[in-house]
Amino acid sequence: MKSVGSSPRRGGGLGRVTGHQQYLADIKLPDVLQVKLVTLPVARAKINSIDVTEAEALPGVAFVMTSADLPQPMPRFGPQFQDRPVLADGETKYHGEAVAAVAAETKEIAEEAVRLVKVHYDELHGGVYSVAEALADNPLLVQDPKLRGDSPLAHTNIIDEKHFGWGDIDSQESDLIVEDTFQFPMVTHFAIEPHGFMAAPDGDGIEIWSTIQHPYLLQKIMAKLLDMPLAMVRVHAPDPGGGFGGKQIPKLEPLIAYMALRAQRPVRLILTLDETFQTVRRSSAEVRVRLGFTENGVFTFQDIETNFLVGAYVDIADRVVSKSSYSAAGPYSVPAVKIIGRTIVSHTTPSTAFRGFGIPQISWARESVIDEAALRLGVDRLDIRLRNLARYREEFIPLEEADGDWEQTVRTAAKRIGWNDPLPPNRGRGIACGMKSGPTTGLSYSTVRLLYDGSAMVYAGTSDMGQGARTVFAQIASDELGVPLENIAVVMGDTAVVPYDQQTSASRSSVLMGTAVQRACQDIQGKVLTMATELYGINEDAVKTVGGRLLLPDREVTLTEVMQEALAPLGGEVIGNGEMRKEKDPNHPLGGTAAFFEFNCTASEVEVDMETGHVTLIKHVTVGDVGRSLNPKQVTAQDDGAAIQGLGHTLMEHYIFDDAGRVRNIGAIDYRILTSMDLPLEMHSESIENADGPGPYGIKGVSEGSLLVTAPAVGAAVREATGKVIRDLPLTPQRVWEALQEDENGS
Amino acid sequence: MNETLTINTTINGRSRSIEVEVNHTLLDVLRDEVDLTGTKECCVVGECGACTVIIDGRPMNSCLMLAVEIDGSEVTTVEGLEIHGELNVLQASFLDESAAQCGFCIPGQLMSATALLHDNPDPTVEQVQEGLAGNLCRCAGYEQITKAVLAAAKEAMR
Repeated sequence: MKSVGSSPRRGGGLGRVTGHQQYLADIKLPDVLQVKLVTLPVARAKINSIDVTEAEALPGVAFVMTSADLPQPMPRFGPQFQDRPVLADGETKYHGEAVAAVAAETKEIAEEAVRLVKVHYDELHGGVYSVAEALADNPLLVQDPKLRGDSPLAHTNIIDEKHFGWGDIDSQESDLIVEDTFQFPMVTHFAIEPHGFMAAPDGDGIEIWSTIQHPYLLQKIMAKLLDMPLAMVRVHAPDPGGGFGGKQIPKLEPLIAYMALRAQRPVRLILTLDETFQTVRRSSAEVRVRLGFTENGVFTFQDIETNFLVGAYVDIADRVVSKSSYSAAGPYSVPAVKIIGRTIVSHTTPSTAFRGFGIPQISWARESVIDEAALRLGVDRLDIRLRNLARYREEFIPLEEADGDWEQTVRTAAKRIGWNDPLPPNRGRGIACGMKSGPTTGLSYSTVRLLYDGSAMVYAGTSDMGQGARTVFAQIASDELGVPLENIAVVMGDTAVVPYDQQTSASRSSVLMGTAVQRACQDIQGKVLTMATELYGINEDAVKTVGGRLLLPDREVTLTEVMQEALAPLGGEVIGNGEMRKEKDPNHPLGGTAAFFEFNCTASEVEVDMETGHVTLIKHVTVGDVGRSLNPKQVTAQDDGAAIQGLGHTLMEHYIFDDAGRVRNIGAIDYRILTSMDLPLEMHSESIENADGPGPYGIKGVSEGSLLVTAPAVGAAVREATGKVIRDLPLTPQRVWEALQEDENGS
Repeated sequence: MNETLTINTTINGRSRSIEVEVNHTLLDVLRDEVDLTGTKECCVVGECGACTVIIDGRPMNSCLMLAVEIDGSEVTTVEGLEIHGELNVLQASFLDESAAQCGFCIPGQLMSATALLHDNPDPTVEQVQEGLAGNLCRCAGYEQITKAVLAAAKEAMR
């Protein structure tokens, strides 16, 4: 009975439907102090002094932590640049940046004490809130040049400028050149579980609990900050209640750790949803696209400039820029490409990874300009894509080849949407293609134990935040060891117990950790095979391993039977280890080739209310090239979910700032995400399965594909329905209505 | 210490007499005093539905209620859905349809769905979507959740 390819109940599902699943905030530490952050009601401020006397005098307050209580100079950290201070260092650089933190016996006392902390500050007027402000002549500098090392750009707001491309765009002959600039808004992850952190001294070391996706990165960063060996830093990472990239990188864990060490007691900080808005967001972007075509709609060149507005600290955003910009030309075969990508800091919430990792921002612009070209050339918008799509195994970007039958994917989407069917009035259709590079490097270890009774334990350092990693690892082990799924426990989320995994990102885990799990199981198969040769006095080549069974010359036995016979009477277990490395490639501009591409084609049909500008999704189709679905129901759920999340930034989500750089729509009332009432009337998510991926059984990564090109597909449909090009997201009724009011001259 | 009151209530079928601070929400008391952490905290303004519980048959956002308001009431939380240690039809259906992804919103979704099916045992797709409109799911498993509720309704009527 094969488990792979079927859709058994989710690993960890039982706890999720009974309320027994322990998320971080459900874990109670004894004698714990509650922490609340002290923030200012302005974006930029010079902090003159912080008076904690009154707050610390409140009964039940343990202490107020300020920058003066931290090691000097201020410890800083980050995954790419060590630029994020543990607490605001002398000035706040964005609205909501913490300047101090209260530790108290109860949440209420902590909240009351926060109001008693007297922060003497001067609001700094003016700030860098847009790409234009950041790139102006003699701009205000967001980051202190002294912190920028020897960067030639240290005296600008540009963290890095990337130059990619191939061929010579200037020598290409084109029948048509189209150029336009599109804007993508700041949006937030809005995981339903707000970020949470706890820390407690542990002998000579420290224990940290976090909703983090990358526990081993947190362990590394904390060991460095606290000057402790890795072995003394234990990170507990319970399954996050949604991550979407927002929980990848450490944020407030260092602060909490320093507070626990000061208190010599456990401390706990659970953010409010409102505070998460000031903790994580997606980079906004301004993307200029200039495309050249022959009269038949074949690309002659692409010239793309991406300006990503990241926050006050870089977090992982510079990697977002380089990785997405590198493949900015999309899944097409283009003779000449020039790409400039800029990482630009601003006085706003630090932006970080968010599902799609920069691709939604770029594809919104590129795919929309392709549509403009198609219209001007009189070429069908589907055909123009099919004509340019990279062919299977073509090296369409230097060192990268198209790893799937992408044409099959596009044709399937076109068919499902009914591309050529007649359209009723006020309706429009759009189609768009995009792809995202999977991980460029990776390192995952797994240990699997086949226990004496024939059950198994799988240790995997992946964070299961909803993508269903627990289920697929158990499915792989079930097939490889012949152990029923219900007898397999998957252990995650504790760096003291589970071997190293680089990270849970880039839809990598089924492919990379999945391979490590499979190899650990194969290690067990090998050991049991050796047991069999010794037990039965036969040669290794007389035995064949098929899944969880050994085919002996005269009969068939299970791994468990052989193990039990070999290990009797003491008992014991067989332990297997597996490792999966995706090595660096020093010649690759990104440091490594894509392990796989997530290729997606999205097609959408909308109806626009010409009176109100309201957009109704009539039908929304996404098709992904997944290699193989290990668990079809989970794949569909991820695809549907990604598409609906993409409809959020397409139709309703965006941060609104006031002139002083304060976010005005923080929280669930003023920032809308899709509810069950906002769904497309009809939705299809489909997978193309050619078993041609690098992971176990031919899988590729999934989970991000369906939101890569949601915006351009829907935008194109709105354009067809209204005749209007809208260059800013989201496509709110107001924005669509305003576009409808414009006359032919665009005024 | 704030003023406290003793309330008498039935939570998941068990009678309890609890001393609560008058300014504490029902959500605070369920999670911190009664140790029923299945009910989740997210927006605390009644918009996300993660904290939904059933009070005398009606779904309520426990973040918007003071604990003293449940004096004399019957409260059901997600921990009260299992029947004799077995998943109820709705819970089983959520598992079968892969409706729980990260799972954080699921207790709230289950409670809203329970109340919906109680009032309307045979809902249409639109009625399910409307009944669960107050429960945000950022994994956006709405399609699977709707399917699960409809399947549970069908199963319950067999």
